Amino acid sequence: MAPFLTLERLTKTFGTHDAVADVSLDMPSGEILCLLGPSGCGKSTLLRLIAGFEAPTGGSIHLDGTDLTGLAPHRRPVNMMFQSYALFPHLSVARNIGYGLKGLGRAAASARVDELLRLVRLEGFGNRAPETLSGGQRQRVALARALAREPKMLLLDEPLGALDRGLREQTQGELRAIQRRLGTAFIIVTHDPSEAMALADRIGVMDKGRLVQIGRPETLYERPVNRFVAGLLGDVNLIPGTVRDADGALVRVETALGPVLALGEGAPAAGAPALVALRPERLSTSSADGDRNALDGHVEASTYLGDRIRLQIRMVDGSTIRATLPAGAGLASGAPVRLSFAPDAATVMAA
Amino acid sequence: MSPLNRISLGLGLAFLYAPIAVLVVFSFNASSLVTVWGGFSTRWYGVLVNDGPLIAAALVSLKVAALAALVATVLGTLAALALDRSGRFTGRGAFTGLVYAPMVMPEVITGLSLLLLFVGLGLDRGLVTLIIAHATLGLGFVAVVVGARLKGLDRSLEEAAADLGAGPLRVFATVTLPLIAPSLAAAFLLAFTLSLDDLVIASFVSGPGATTLPMRLYSQVRLGVNPEINAASTLLVGGVTLVVLTASFLTGRPSAGAQGT
Repeated sequence: MAPFLTLERLTKTFGTHDAVADVSLDMPSGEILCLLGPSGCGKSTLLRLIAGFEAPTGGSIHLDGTDLTGLAPHRRPVNMMFQSYALFPHLSVARNIGYGLKGLGRAAASARVDELLRLVRLEGFGNRAPETLSGGQRQRVALARALAREPKMLLLDEPLGALDRGLREQTQGELRAIQRRLGTAFIIVTHDPSEAMALADRIGVMDKGRLVQIGRPETLYERPVNRFVAGLLGDVNLIPGTVRDADGALVRVETALGPVLALGEGAPAAGAPALVALRPERLSTSSADGDRNALDGHVEASTYLGDRIRLQIRMVDGSTIRATLPAGAGLASGAPVRLSFAPDAATVMAA
Repeated sequence: MSPLNRISLGLGLAFLYAPIAVLVVFSFNASSLVTVWGGFSTRWYGVLVNDGPLIAAALVSLKVAALAALVATVLGTLAALALDRSGRFTGRGAFTGLVYAPMVMPEVITGLSLLLLFVGLGLDRGLVTLIIAHATLGLGFVAVVVGARLKGLDRSLEEAAADLGAGPLRVFATVTLPLIAPSLAAAFLLAFTLSLDDLVIASFVSGPGATTLPMRLYSQVRLGVNPEINAASTLLVGGVTLVVLTASFLTGRPSAGAQGT
């Protein structure tokens, strides 16, 4: 399938600072893509480049076969939902939603506004002023307004950022349901990894203006390309070592804890320093049989969390490893422990 | 508030407003002697209404103030938009200074330089020169008032309008203008009162047939103060107070559009 949105070597420089640096990506239609990264990583600037509020310093943007690169914002078939919602304070909810429907006749526009009010479950709120609505209601008005013109693509800048935690989870579900129903491509900017995991078909991780890795949430979580991506998406143990040799898809790494066999798609060549990334929940205390890796240490601290236990293990070389085990693993402080993990539970990356 | 603060506040207010209070009180004096109280009367207001030249001067003042304020508001708003929107263009600092400088320029200088300009251009002094001069006087103030409002405006509102398919003109007409309208009204009223109050600049640039109310009052006072002047001044003070209160209400009113997030 031909890509729907194509960004090619997109760059935006402010002064001497590269806000967006050489970003290329392809996106099929109907997908939810989450741009994830810390504040200042360039994800919002990338969104503004696609919307047309910023002109790129270099590169191009193609959507559905059309070159958008030099087009003014009001001529682009994309719409944006702003972080602040940017509802017009001097217009009613209905006139906010209908602002972009000037091309339709009055009757058609009014019918479309009613349809959108139903979609976001705000029937009867049409005549209210935005300032009389709750945060969640405003968020839904902003969504309805952004969807009014049936954009080919919707850009959402921290759409849930201003909501309370409880409301945020409920709204995540609603947002996904609406997207599935309409089939519109969504690009969602967020700094919250769990939100990106919950919403996205694919996640693009950005750091210092660059697109570091893009892929399905489980790929990014299980196979991060570097320590930044690994640390961003959850707790991770990073064991330093030196690459010894490759065995098919597996790579043997010599570490201070002994030799470790792990998956190494992007691993450096033999002899190079490397890191073994290992999620705490992929460790177990079952005996190391077959080609499972084994790591020996002593329990330094254990935290009971009800459904699981979090252990801090002091290893033979003095470093610590965090492990999350099922409840009932009953390990006393100071007890010797042997942790094991399958080779495909860990990833080797360049140090 | 401590007693000391109360006293100093009272003294300060008395210092500022006692002269005006005296003026207002004596405008209701039945006696024709300005400094001797002869009982309460509104007779001087009656005299005022029948004073043809004074009424004519008041009408000139109102006409000049309205037109000058209109011109100042349009030009000042354009200057404020240019300063707020153009980003960092070369000479931006100089342009800002040039817009604001006339506010602190001594009026004698402004008046004199305008006079020289009008004479140089061969413009006959009269209503037109007066309106141009007062528009110049008010422009800087308008730029400050409107500029403050523009600075507080959430730019994503205009971006949202553009995003929803509105071209630059529609964005300005349907989003920017309604949201800065209170500051435009306040700026207009400010420019209006500045023009209404001005004596110095008017003395330089006005000509025959274009005598403003302050000019008329001043020339009468030189022949001796009478209670009629007090009555006219009281009306002027009342009018200006009303306009200034309206302007501060318009600028001070909280509005959802002015807050950023």
